[in-house]
Amino acid sequence: MKRQFFDLHLRLNPKDQQTIQRVIFKAAKLGYQQIGIPTIPQPNNGEDFAVQLKVLATQNNINFISRIDLRPRNLEDMTRFLRKYRRKYEIICIQCDNKETSRQAAKDRRVDLLNFPNLDYRKRFFDRAEAELASNCQTALEIDIKPLLVLEGPPRTRHLSTLRREVLLALKYHVPIVISSGISEEKLLRKPRDMASLGVLFGLGEKESLDAVSTNPETILARNREKLNSTFVAPGVKVIKEGKKA
Amino acid sequence: MKRTKRRYLALRLEVEDVPSEREIMDAIWISVTKLYGEVGASLTGLALMNFDAERKIVVIRTSLESLLTVRASLATIVNFAGRNVSVHVLAVSGTLRALYKNIR
Repeated sequence: MKRQFFDLHLRLNPKDQQTIQRVIFKAAKLGYQQIGIPTIPQPNNGEDFAVQLKVLATQNNINFISRIDLRPRNLEDMTRFLRKYRRKYEIICIQCDNKETSRQAAKDRRVDLLNFPNLDYRKRFFDRAEAELASNCQTALEIDIKPLLVLEGPPRTRHLSTLRREVLLALKYHVPIVISSGISEEKLLRKPRDMASLGVLFGLGEKESLDAVSTNPETILARNREKLNSTFVAPGVKVIKEGKKA
Repeated sequence: MKRTKRRYLALRLEVEDVPSEREIMDAIWISVTKLYGEVGASLTGLALMNFDAERKIVVIRTSLESLLTVRASLATIVNFAGRNVSVHVLAVSGTLRALYKNIR
């Protein structure tokens, strides 16, 4: 069966309509079948923007995945956000910038992706304990390729070294890896196979890299779409027919 | 001696004006060297086969062993000679004939 390609992390500015149109058009042209764009959780803005993105994506024959990026400051924040948004978004990503929330995110089944936006290895918390927790809950590690494109010299070398260490741990503990672009400009958008080829730079094999842009995001999305379905009761249990009220 | 297996790659350049063949190959060599060093770059056996300036399609050759290396390096090219550029791999093939058939 032909692979479907995903880019779960296109960081687009809701105010820049032209860039949004260009990026979605280009993503479709480059061969992506599904794209995820984080929307802002505001009562007035968030849903409108998501609807608008969905329409734009459909016009370009591409599937839109609703996604939210959360950056909780503490555990209470995270629990509150997850309770509020889990049923509204297909993908929930936690931007981990402190150890406390990273650990909690890794062991919470409602979280789909762990993203470490900080390039400083001391502020990335994907260590053995984190990998073990994420593995138990099938929470995936998301790797953005943008820093690999924009950095040069020693910073890129350091970042590659950090990524290699994280990927090694993820592979050891069977944590799913998702490669996303994390870009906000169309010029940095790459074809899915080109994006996957960057996986070899941090220790992924050819098949694992391709899985990171196709099979792994597909599995996460299928699982969440099933859960968001109104017939879903529990994993493996769903309503197939409702009886009449007496 | 064992024959070296080769792969031909067709690349589409996204750049405003038309660069010269020299500039293109320099950009590819620089990118491979930055990522894999001089020894790594020397093992790739890179060579320019053809450049269609009108369609901005470049055909290069590399060894099969370094195909992934070269592909990753191509993906990291974001500018050369002061221009913004992105390089997309259109097709990969073992023979030039099949490659041209694919990109026609």
